[in-house]
Amino acid sequence: MVKKLWGFFKNTYLALMLLFLYAPILVLMVFSFNESKTMGNWTGFSLKWYQALLKDGTIMDALGVTLSVAVISAVVATVLGTLAAIGIHSMHKRRRAVVENISQLPMVNPDLVTGISFMMLFALLGLKGGYVRMLIAHITFNIPYVIFSVLPKLRQSSNQLYEAAMDLGCTPWTALRKVVIPDIMPGIVSGFILSFTLSLDDFVVSWFATSGIQNLSIYIYSIARRGISPKINALSAILFVAVITLLLIVNLKSIREEREAEKQAKKLRA
Amino acid sequence: MKKLALFLAFILLFGLFCGCARRGGKDSVTLNVLNWGDYIDEDLLKQFEAETGIYVNYTTMATNEEMLVKLQQPDCIYDICFPSDYIIEKLVADDLLYALNKDNIPNMQHIDGRFLDLSFDPGNEYSVPYMWGTVGILYNTTLVDDPVDSWDILWNEKYSGQILMYDSIRDTMGVALLKLGHSINTREQSDILDAEAALIEQKPLVLAYLGDPIKDRMIAGGGALAIVYSGDAMWCIDENPDLAYAVPATGTNLWFDNIIIPKTSQHTAEAEAFINFLCNPEVAAQNAEYIGYSTPNSAALEIMGEDYIDNPTYNPSQELLDKCDIFHDLGNFINVYNDSWNRVKSFVG
Amino acid sequence: MKRTVFAYPYIVWMLIFILAPMLLIVWYAFSKGGSFTLGNLITAFSDPVYMRVLLRSVWIALKATAICLLLGYPIAYLLSAMKKSTASLLYVLFIVPMWMNFLLRTYAWQVLLDKSGILNTLLAFLHLPAQNMLYTESAIMLGTVYNFLPFMILPIYTVLIKLDASLVEAAHDLGANGIITFFKVILPQSIPGIISGITMVFIPAITTFAISRLLGGGKFMLYGDLIENQFITLGKDAWPVGSALSFILLVLVLASMAVMRQAERNAGEEGGILW
Repeated sequence: MVKKLWGFFKNTYLALMLLFLYAPILVLMVFSFNESKTMGNWTGFSLKWYQALLKDGTIMDALGVTLSVAVISAVVATVLGTLAAIGIHSMHKRRRAVVENISQLPMVNPDLVTGISFMMLFALLGLKGGYVRMLIAHITFNIPYVIFSVLPKLRQSSNQLYEAAMDLGCTPWTALRKVVIPDIMPGIVSGFILSFTLSLDDFVVSWFATSGIQNLSIYIYSIARRGISPKINALSAILFVAVITLLLIVNLKSIREEREAEKQAKKLRA
Repeated sequence: MKKLALFLAFILLFGLFCGCARRGGKDSVTLNVLNWGDYIDEDLLKQFEAETGIYVNYTTMATNEEMLVKLQQPDCIYDICFPSDYIIEKLVADDLLYALNKDNIPNMQHIDGRFLDLSFDPGNEYSVPYMWGTVGILYNTTLVDDPVDSWDILWNEKYSGQILMYDSIRDTMGVALLKLGHSINTREQSDILDAEAALIEQKPLVLAYLGDPIKDRMIAGGGALAIVYSGDAMWCIDENPDLAYAVPATGTNLWFDNIIIPKTSQHTAEAEAFINFLCNPEVAAQNAEYIGYSTPNSAALEIMGEDYIDNPTYNPSQELLDKCDIFHDLGNFINVYNDSWNRVKSFVG
Repeated sequence: MKRTVFAYPYIVWMLIFILAPMLLIVWYAFSKGGSFTLGNLITAFSDPVYMRVLLRSVWIALKATAICLLLGYPIAYLLSAMKKSTASLLYVLFIVPMWMNFLLRTYAWQVLLDKSGILNTLLAFLHLPAQNMLYTESAIMLGTVYNFLPFMILPIYTVLIKLDASLVEAAHDLGANGIITFFKVILPQSIPGIISGITMVFIPAITTFAISRLLGGGKFMLYGDLIENQFITLGKDAWPVGSALSFILLVLVLASMAVMRQAERNAGEEGGILW
């Protein structure tokens, strides 16, 4: 009985939290079907914003930049950041403190300051390409999130595994790949997901770090002066449905597999 | 792990596919345009590309000041920009603008003489006006029964919690200065302190200091009185017929958004062709109807017809315009405004 | 080969793209016309408005971080106790909302909280009085918690799933009940995750700027707004003071991190290393 109550309580809590996170998403999806241009002022059902979206070259360009920068920057930041975390973890105390503190700078600095400082740096370095500038900026503000996701996992895992693997004749790379990385995988994955998330949503740093190229956030902030078009709601709705569908397909399959495996195990025991 | 990699590769491919959908040929000139968001009919860009073979890389910005930061960079890449009046003064003072060759912009003849040779750019050496308007009061006729004919109504306690002010130093300080009968370009410390006191007195009545969301709130009926630009008022009234727009007869702020070419531009001839294209009456009319802001192009206004010409919000009387003032760049004196503004914003009653 | 080598590529990156731009800002903060000055710092400190705004921002960020921890820890804990496949699905579900544009989500909150908005319509349906929710300090809090909650859940979850299960079992065997096991065994072991979570929520929350503007209605100026004002509205001449403002924040945050590190060391956690 108590167990059932606890289970009920657990599920209700998670459901409420998900409702909290998804409520605004539902709102903006609903208003993508609004006849009127104003979010919050429902005047009737219409699909016109979806049609308008597909014809809008500027939005499609921006979407392309957003997605490709998010993937590339998150991958590079995850690789660099994971290696960095492994290295930092085995540094001497003082040096580690210095590196950790500097790594925190992109998190501590207001985005605006980071963006402006990039703008000045890139001008000094004479770096021209808008896309490359955006990539570098995104990789840089992503790395700390990877490092601080991986470091707690390193602390949890045993130092001796790596040494043991080396003693057994592994090269450092194999030891890393076969022993250390699998152990800290959850940290790497969450670092990657955080990076991807941050990159998708960044406006301030991107705006100042680059010119002549824009991601969706820059586009959305700039149209806000005249009112956000429901085209953007429509785009979000499409992306959202696509992501959720993909997730469910991938995950439901593995959930089913896990259930099957459990059944098999039960049968064997019986 | 493999699934994740596959998923990422998919997103990346999709992203690259979207990004490559629209790119100019290798040998054609690319114009880098920086404009306010949603401030041009993008079909016109395609028309321009088709007519001239010049490719337009169109990007957008959110505020004048953000754009200014970009234009001040030594490696600025833009060829066309759309700053407001007082920013032009600053750009001219910093010697950041390219002097236009009027021979390449014959369509400038269609611009109404009233909107040429203005104080921020005498002789239009560097800029061509793009859109203009006034600042006024948007009000909900179902909630406001007093006549809206003076700035004082924004200080009326009857409308406590229903007043929306602009979240911008110049605009909101400007309204307070106008209410007090001071110039919106005043450099008298005492005037600023008066305005600060008036805004602090008003703060308990204010629902919020907002930027663009003012329009959404007013359309949704969430406020009784708000400061807006005339062009936005047109759109709000369109969406919600209960709304109306009024400018106090004592005058207000008159503003202009203008087209300029930064000095760093490598393609000035093509940029001038672009300006000329935008000044073409047919094009300007289509553009103004799309945006909804007032056009300075008199030939375009003729094409747009009486609905626009006779609308006092869209085309206010010369009598009113004579009483209006354009913002000037304040130089370092903006700090005095800013200090006052900070005290207003951080004031807790 | 020592493992520190793995950090070298990053350290090069860090020097060029983190340290160098930061030095540019520090240079701005401490110079006037090319020579060294403390004037900008003094300006920043002597204006009572700046410090009041800073204190309020830190206070709001602290409260938001505490709420995120209280809401997020149970989520991470419940997820970590689930079957792996279910947990990994839910874990992503908690992140996906963040993939929608931030500004758009915040606009949607305006629609939810507005006087004539969706929540008030629901209240009216239940015959409850309408609430003024939008443009209040609570709305800022809600927006901040909403935007940073996933950043609290993730690091705690990653630590909890690899908890040493044998310790929990041992505690049970020794007669500890669920609550004692949680506070004596599980919570202490998850501290590295908690600290990572706090870092990722508290620090960015101090300088978040659009939330106070959109949900607070610009009536509650926060430090991010102040810095933005300095750098953007006032233009290049105000960059030195703006840099000084962000430098003050930097020192403040790094100092508080050092204190946290020291506190943890004193608590004797595994030789006292923070992460």
